[in-house]
Amino acid sequence: MRTVLYCVILTAIALTTPLRAGETVIELPAETATYKPAKGVELAQAFCVQCHSVEYTAIQPPMPMKFWEAEVKKMREKYFAPVPVEMDAKLVEYLVSAYGVPEAKK
Amino acid sequence: MSVANQHPHSRREWLRRAALMGAGSLAGMEGIIAAEKSEMIKLPFANGERPLVKFPQKRPLMLLTRRPPQLETPFAIFNEGIITPNDAFFVRYHLANIPLKIDDETFRCEIKGSVKTPLSLSLHDLKTNYEQVEVTAVAQCSGNSRGFFNPRVGGGQLGNGAMGNAKWRGVRLKDVLEKAGLAADAKQVAFNGLDGPAMEKTPDFVKSLDVEQIMAGEIILAHTMNGEPLPMLNGFPLRLVVPGYYATYWVKHVNEITVLSEPFTGFWVASAYRIPATEGACIEPGTTPKSTVPINKMNVRSFITSHAEGAKIKKGAPLTVRGIAFDGGEGIKEVQFSADGGRSWSAAELGEDLGKYSFREWKMSFAARDGAQTWKCRAFNRTGQSQPLEPLWNPAGYMRNVVETVNVELT
Repeated sequence: MRTVLYCVILTAIALTTPLRAGETVIELPAETATYKPAKGVELAQAFCVQCHSVEYTAIQPPMPMKFWEAEVKKMREKYFAPVPVEMDAKLVEYLVSAYGVPEAKK
Repeated sequence: MSVANQHPHSRREWLRRAALMGAGSLAGMEGIIAAEKSEMIKLPFANGERPLVKFPQKRPLMLLTRRPPQLETPFAIFNEGIITPNDAFFVRYHLANIPLKIDDETFRCEIKGSVKTPLSLSLHDLKTNYEQVEVTAVAQCSGNSRGFFNPRVGGGQLGNGAMGNAKWRGVRLKDVLEKAGLAADAKQVAFNGLDGPAMEKTPDFVKSLDVEQIMAGEIILAHTMNGEPLPMLNGFPLRLVVPGYYATYWVKHVNEITVLSEPFTGFWVASAYRIPATEGACIEPGTTPKSTVPINKMNVRSFITSHAEGAKIKKGAPLTVRGIAFDGGEGIKEVQFSADGGRSWSAAELGEDLGKYSFREWKMSFAARDGAQTWKCRAFNRTGQSQPLEPLWNPAGYMRNVVETVNVELT
């Protein structure tokens, strides 16, 4: 009888205690992608990866120089990425050679 | 702020795996990459290779980006049912500093700004002091299907899987704001979540909605998704659900709700997520819009889910084609199917109605002719809006809703 009562009380507690997920902790998988080797890759490794992983660059469609120029400008002016203006030309040159298409082919 | 500081787990995991595979040798690293890329989905556009990668609380999904995580649902999953499972639901963050650990006992959502009584709400408050409501609604990324834009545009190069349909349970935002008491000058409400930028000066991801829209009562603060707590990557423990609106407004981990007496001017509404102020939000491909407005309600879409592009089907057997349709909340009235490339259309049979914000299943049984053929589907909502036969274009790659085509062969 006592056991039955105990079970009834436990069930009542289970039903009235609000459902709680408790503390949730996640661990993200490792980053594996790396920037394609080409002249100027050290600039991408120094600046681009501070805010995002390599796929942000690598998934873009093959685009001409003006696209990559606009991307670098956007990262600095809209998102305040710390890319010094004097690095722009070299970084754009890298992005076009590694991920872009020459103007003539667009 | 260095990358290593923000991702100690990633770095440690890399070292551990590199060590396991031979002290970080080049061969070892290639092994890791090869193992992760063994399962791959190829989207039909340039640079469309997407490895299937497992993230916490998720089955392996199509990897768009790792940091911040952006994951796309493999399209075949949409044929398994009109509710998208939590572990298959797409993930989209904007900024890399995402929460990895949240205690739902200490979590608070602040209601402040132009209110009479600021509130600091625990999940317990929300679950016990407010009426619990549920809505089945589609969350769709503004840029879902961006990879199909022609000419191509920059941004997340998604196939059609940055959408999902779930049962969201929580409380009406209206009820919460009424408890706080709106000041007479309240115009808009801004929503911020626990995710933040990697760089201090990068604009934090904050979105806004009009008070008038909120007081209509359909927007909810959801703590439960398909009967379970939200997965961390979908906004645990609380997210805004704005039925009918693109998912950019469905702020995740929402912990700061500010009532404003002036229109919100933050970057993610005033500069980003803008669409041309034209009919259909489209302009001549390759041009720049004259004026823009914030993206808002979803347009009408429909998909064939039972058969993929290029499917080979055994001839002679009875054939049923199936799919889904949805819109921004008028509700789907009719779905039409064409087995002859759009020359003739027939009304499909509609499935169970889970409400005007949900996916609606459709199916069509018919005697298909032999050989190669082009199937299409198009939906109409209750106000008669439908889908264009040719794709519309805008520079950000938003709101694609062209009539979808699947080429199959009966052999």
